[in-house]
Amino acid sequence: MLRALLLTLSVVAIAHAELCKPDAQNAFKVRISIKTALGDNAYAWDANEEYLFKAMVAFAMRRYSSKSTTQISNVLLCNVTDRVSFWFVVTDSSKNVTTVPGSEVEAAIRMNRNRINNAFLLSDKTLQFLKITSTLSPPVEPSTPVWLIVFGVVLCLIVAGIVFLIISGIRKHKKKNKESTERENLEEKVEVTLENGIPCEALDIKAGHVNGVFAADDERFTSL
Amino acid sequence: MEKSRPLWDNPLQFVFACISYAVGLGNVWRFPYLCQMYGGGGFLIPYLIMLIAEGMPLLYLELAVGQRMRQGSIGAWKIISPYLCGVGVASVVVSFFLSMYYNVINAWAFWYLFHSFQDPLPWATCPLNSNRTGYEEECEKTSSTQYFWYRQTLNISPSLEASGSVQWEQALCLTLAWLVVYLCILRGTASTGKVVYVTASLPYCVLIIYLIRGLTLHGAVNGLIYMFTPKLEQLSNPKTWISAATQIFFSLGLGFGSLIAFASYNEPTNNCQRHAIIVSLINSTTSIFASIVTFSIYGFKATFNYESCINKVILLLLNAFDLEEGSVTADNLNEMKDYLMATYPQEYAQLAPQIKNCSLEAELDTAVQGTGLAFIVYSEAIKNMEVPQLYSVLYFFMLLMLGIGSMLGNTAAILTPLTDSRAIASRFPKEVISGVVCFVNCIIGLIFTMEAGNYWFDIFNDYAATLSLLLIVLVETIAVCYIYGIRRFEKDLYTMIGCKPNWYWKTMWAFVSPLLIISLFIFYLTDYILTGTLQYQAWDATQGQLVTKDYPGYALAVIGLLVAASTMCIPLGALVTFIRKRLKRERISTVA
Repeated sequence: MLRALLLTLSVVAIAHAELCKPDAQNAFKVRISIKTALGDNAYAWDANEEYLFKAMVAFAMRRYSSKSTTQISNVLLCNVTDRVSFWFVVTDSSKNVTTVPGSEVEAAIRMNRNRINNAFLLSDKTLQFLKITSTLSPPVEPSTPVWLIVFGVVLCLIVAGIVFLIISGIRKHKKKNKESTERENLEEKVEVTLENGIPCEALDIKAGHVNGVFAADDERFTSL
Repeated sequence: MEKSRPLWDNPLQFVFACISYAVGLGNVWRFPYLCQMYGGGGFLIPYLIMLIAEGMPLLYLELAVGQRMRQGSIGAWKIISPYLCGVGVASVVVSFFLSMYYNVINAWAFWYLFHSFQDPLPWATCPLNSNRTGYEEECEKTSSTQYFWYRQTLNISPSLEASGSVQWEQALCLTLAWLVVYLCILRGTASTGKVVYVTASLPYCVLIIYLIRGLTLHGAVNGLIYMFTPKLEQLSNPKTWISAATQIFFSLGLGFGSLIAFASYNEPTNNCQRHAIIVSLINSTTSIFASIVTFSIYGFKATFNYESCINKVILLLLNAFDLEEGSVTADNLNEMKDYLMATYPQEYAQLAPQIKNCSLEAELDTAVQGTGLAFIVYSEAIKNMEVPQLYSVLYFFMLLMLGIGSMLGNTAAILTPLTDSRAIASRFPKEVISGVVCFVNCIIGLIFTMEAGNYWFDIFNDYAATLSLLLIVLVETIAVCYIYGIRRFEKDLYTMIGCKPNWYWKTMWAFVSPLLIISLFIFYLTDYILTGTLQYQAWDATQGQLVTKDYPGYALAVIGLLVAASTMCIPLGALVTFIRKRLKRERISTVA
């Protein structure tokens, strides 16, 4: 009796070893980077964490196929390294010593990726299922692009400024025209004398001196 | 009744206008590149020598001519000698070409500014591909900042021949940029004088903020040490001196007629000698200041990339050999690599092509200039800072202020001769003339918003102004010194300022500066002739990098036209005046 039990156990163990090994059919490699994700709050990867992992995979399989036949014992882990990385397979309890097809496992994991990540406080990048590509979340896009809104605001301000300046310029021009026609009727025109293209009053601000020889002009000519 | 000329409200407006015009994008994106290429801190020696030999004298010359003649470039040179009206026309033509393509930079700055109000910044991450399993292919090959610049901003085509269509987003930004310029020049000096207070001072505020932020960034010191270590052996390289001379020349904006236009609105007794020295010194100091900021940003970016590279290698090793996390760090990386190579030679050999040799010097050595520096390198550095939106807004606002300040000078160079000429000014008010100029430039500028627009931009940037300006300034200097006469010029300056220019100014005007310009001119001509076919950098989307291509025939024709259009004005102007005088003399002789 005992011998038969030992024999079946060893057969099961060998069968399991056959099912779960690196690059086995329907096996997936998992890579976990706890220290990168959590830094000082990192937990150690031990047998309890492995148990949680098996439970999460079983949960994912149950949710996906909606039949409650997958047990935690159906999930086999092997080749755990220090990295932390390991391989796992999901066995089919109904059919003896076979593994659930990889496509089913992949679909199940993809459907429940978020839940699995959160159970370990990790993300898609730090809990990697190699060969299972994750669906990247698209960036949030508002209905109108933000830049158009800012552009519209600036454009309105600039156009308002231009219109204001033009209108005030036209108004000033009209006022000046009215004033100059009034003034022309009353006063004489004052001409600005030019010397070599430079208005005279600009020249004698600094360097011009009154030349004494010509200043006393009225004395040179004898009065009549 | 003679309308008196509009004036600046006070000399400070004039100084600010000159600073705002001279301190432009070249100080931010060209000088740091030159400093890095030609000997780091040692480049300052030829730079300062050229400033004294070429920059200050030529600046003083232009300001004095403008202030004395009180006319725009065409009128001023006509007064000096009627045969030189072609020089003024050439200046206006070059300014016109410049304003056509320069405002596109402001459009790009607006685009980036408007996109800075998002979290995360749009150039921080790559967009996803169509089935959401990974990132866009083109973005994967290059970086997200380059992708944003080449694909989402420019939507660049693979070559010059494939023109593509006008990008409506860029066209909108360009229209906005021209509206802003129109708003600033609408009233002439009355409006420009107020605007330059902002455009001249705001860039300095932002540069100071960036200096403080830049120096406190992790790894900034690496950049500063690497860049400023003088490599004095570069001083024996003639290209160093030529680049210094070229940089001083183009940085001050000589020959466009803008300085003449600005100075023509001065009081005749304004001390333009003092102002010339102040403006040129401030321009050079700003260049050096901006390069300190740029080098600290470079250092930060290079350190960040170096550390990312190291982290990638560490992750690769950890994953391949299933080592414990934290066993391989940046410090023991080399020892671990040797150990792994010895213990698992086969697997390591398989992995070897993927393991990159990360080098900080290689990252620092990537010298970039022009739009690449301003829009790619800086935005890459900004996205890694804290509160990137704030720094992004500040930075692109500063670029805008610098660009608009220079645009004000360019448009002044075009508008002043137009408003001076009685034929045009009597018929149309100032607002209409400015409006027409802005409108025409905007329509032509739509070429640069097409998919191949950036290639045309590079053509204009490299060839529209370089040779023509050298020739124009050469003719200006020779005209003032030898045709007008340096003694007559001395007397004019004495009348205006009250002191005669001393031997330094006269020697520089008469001998040193013309010789320098002639040597620069000869160098550029021989360079163009020796290189044979001209080439350009085209963006290859499949590889995700720039490739070199030859210009097609019609592009070469356009380049030739650009250079000829401005340089031919000088002899043509002299010829037309000569013919006109001949005809007048014959008419008088037949009448008499």
